[in-house]
Amino acid sequence: MDIVSVRDLKKRFGGVVAVDGVSFGVRKAETFGLLGPNGAGKTSTIRTLYGFSPITSGEVLVFGLDIRRRWREIRSRLGVCQQENTLDPDLTVLENLLVFASYFDIPAQAARERAEELLTFFALKGRRRFRFEDISGGMARRLMLARSIINRPELLILDEPTTGLDPQSRHLLWERLEELKRGGMTILMTTHYMDEAARLCDRLVIMDHGRILVEGAPEALVAEHAGRQVMEIEDPAPGLIRFLADRGVRYDDLGRRLLAYDETEDGLFDEVCKRFSPSSRALRPATLEDVFLRLTGRELRE
Amino acid sequence: MKADARFSRRFLRVWFRNLLVYRRIWKINFLVPLFEPVFYLLAFGVGLGSMVGEVRYEGRALTYVQFIAPALMATAALWNSFFETTYASFVRMYYQKTFDAMLTTPLSLEEVVTAEIVWGATKAFIAASIMLAVVAAFGYAPSFQALWILPLSILGGLAFGAVGMAFTAFTKSIDMFNLPIFLFVTPMFLFSGTFFPVDALPAWASIAAAAMPLYHLTVLFRSACLGALDAGALWNASYLCLVTLIFFPLALRGMRRRLIK
Repeated sequence: MDIVSVRDLKKRFGGVVAVDGVSFGVRKAETFGLLGPNGAGKTSTIRTLYGFSPITSGEVLVFGLDIRRRWREIRSRLGVCQQENTLDPDLTVLENLLVFASYFDIPAQAARERAEELLTFFALKGRRRFRFEDISGGMARRLMLARSIINRPELLILDEPTTGLDPQSRHLLWERLEELKRGGMTILMTTHYMDEAARLCDRLVIMDHGRILVEGAPEALVAEHAGRQVMEIEDPAPGLIRFLADRGVRYDDLGRRLLAYDETEDGLFDEVCKRFSPSSRALRPATLEDVFLRLTGRELRE
Repeated sequence: MKADARFSRRFLRVWFRNLLVYRRIWKINFLVPLFEPVFYLLAFGVGLGSMVGEVRYEGRALTYVQFIAPALMATAALWNSFFETTYASFVRMYYQKTFDAMLTTPLSLEEVVTAEIVWGATKAFIAASIMLAVVAAFGYAPSFQALWILPLSILGGLAFGAVGMAFTAFTKSIDMFNLPIFLFVTPMFLFSGTFFPVDALPAWASIAAAAMPLYHLTVLFRSACLGALDAGALWNASYLCLVTLIFFPLALRGMRRRLIK
C-alpha cells in the first residue's frame, strides 16, 4: 500500500483553479518530489495532504486513511516542515521542541529525551536556551526540521526545505535528510532546486498550471527529455539549426544561444565544431534543469 | 469510518503554551494588576472621592471608593481578556504564524481558538484575583461573598474573550482594532455603571447600558463585595453566558473562514 495516494485531486480558491486533477502515489521509504515553477500548485497540493486545505474534489489517502475524515489520526503520524518560518518566537529553541511535542501528546520525559536527541542530530545543542531572534536562518531551518520529526513521523512533508539558505547550511541539511532516508523515512518534498531534487528524490513529478507534466526517476526523466549531454553554442551560425534539424537532433533556439540535446551520436559535437567553428561552445552532461526548462518553458513566472 | 472530532481536551496543550510564555515574564504580568488598582483607589478615593461624597446604590449609601472598587476589577477582567483575544491572538495568528504551525499537528483550528478564548478568561481571572487581594486589603471587600469574584471573573472573561476573538476573525489589519475599541469597549468601560450608577442616566441610556456585558459583571462584582448576591445575580450570570454562547460559535466560524483556504 502506498503511504500517500492522491487521485484526481482538484483544488479551487474561489474562481482560481490551483490544482487541476492531479494523481500520484508515494511508496514507503522513498523520497518523492513535487517540482514546478511558482504557482504550479505544489504547495496547494501538499496543504491538502495534511488536512490544512479542504479538497475541492478527488481523493487523498494518507496511510490508507481518508484525509477528510481521519485528519487527526493522519496528522499525529506525519511531520510537516512548512515553507515559512513558523517557529514560536515567544519560546526558546528547546521549548519550541517540547511545546510542539505536547501538541502530539508525547509524555514530558520522552519529549525531553527526543528533543535532546534532535538538538544533537541537527547541531543545535549549544543553542538550546537561545531565543528565536538570536539564531541564524540556517539554524532556524534546522530547528523547523527537528520540530517536524519530534513525533517520529511515518511521513515527512517538506515544502521547499532549503530555499534561502547559504550553501553550507543547504549541504548540512541535505546530509541530515539523507540520513533520515537511510533510516527508512518516507519523504514528500517540493523544491525549486533541481540539484536538490536530483540528489534527494527517488521519483518526482514536474507540475505546471495545476497539472502533472511528467513523472519518473530523475535519471530516467533526464535520459528521456534531455538526452545524455547538452551542447551549448553561443551565436550559432545560420546553417547550424538546419544541420541539427536534418539529423533529427532536438534543440532549443534561444536567439543568441542554442541548446542541442545530444542523445546518441558520439561524434556530433566534434562535427558541429569542425563545420561551424562556433566562437564559444560547451558540451556538458544533461541535467534535470534542462528537463524542467524544456517542459515548463523559459518565461518568467511572477 | 468515523470522522475525527473537531473538539477534544487537547486544546489544553495550547493553553499550557500560553501559560508557559506568561510565566516567563510573570513579574511584569503581576505588577500591572497589583499597582493599577492602588493608583485608581488613590486617585478616585482620595482625589475625586472627596468631591463626590456618597453614592446611592440599591438603597445603600456607599463611599465613592466602595462604589468603584468592584467596577475596577470588572473592567480589568474586560481589558485583560479582550486584549488577549484581539491584539495578542492577532500577533500569534498573523505575524508569528503560530496557528499555522499548530495546524500541522493533531490540533484542530477549533481547539486553537477555544484555547485562546479560555486563555483570555484565565488572564481575566488572574487580574481580578490580584486586584481582589489589594481591594480586600484596603477593606473594600468585607464579605466572604467576594470570593465569588474568582469564578465570575472567568465567566466574564469568556464572554469578553469570545467577543474579542470574533472581532479578530474579521479584522484585516492590527490597526483596525482601534475601531471596536472606540465603538464598543471604551463606551462600555465608561457607561456600564462602572464610574457612576446607570439610574443617573436617561431611560434609553440605562437600557443601552444593561445590554453591555460589562454592566452585568460589574453588578455581580459589586453585590459580591457588599455581600448582597441574591437571585437577581442569576440573571446577570445568565446574560454573560448568553453573550458567550452567541460569540463563541461566531468566532469559530469566522476564524475557520479566515484561515482555512
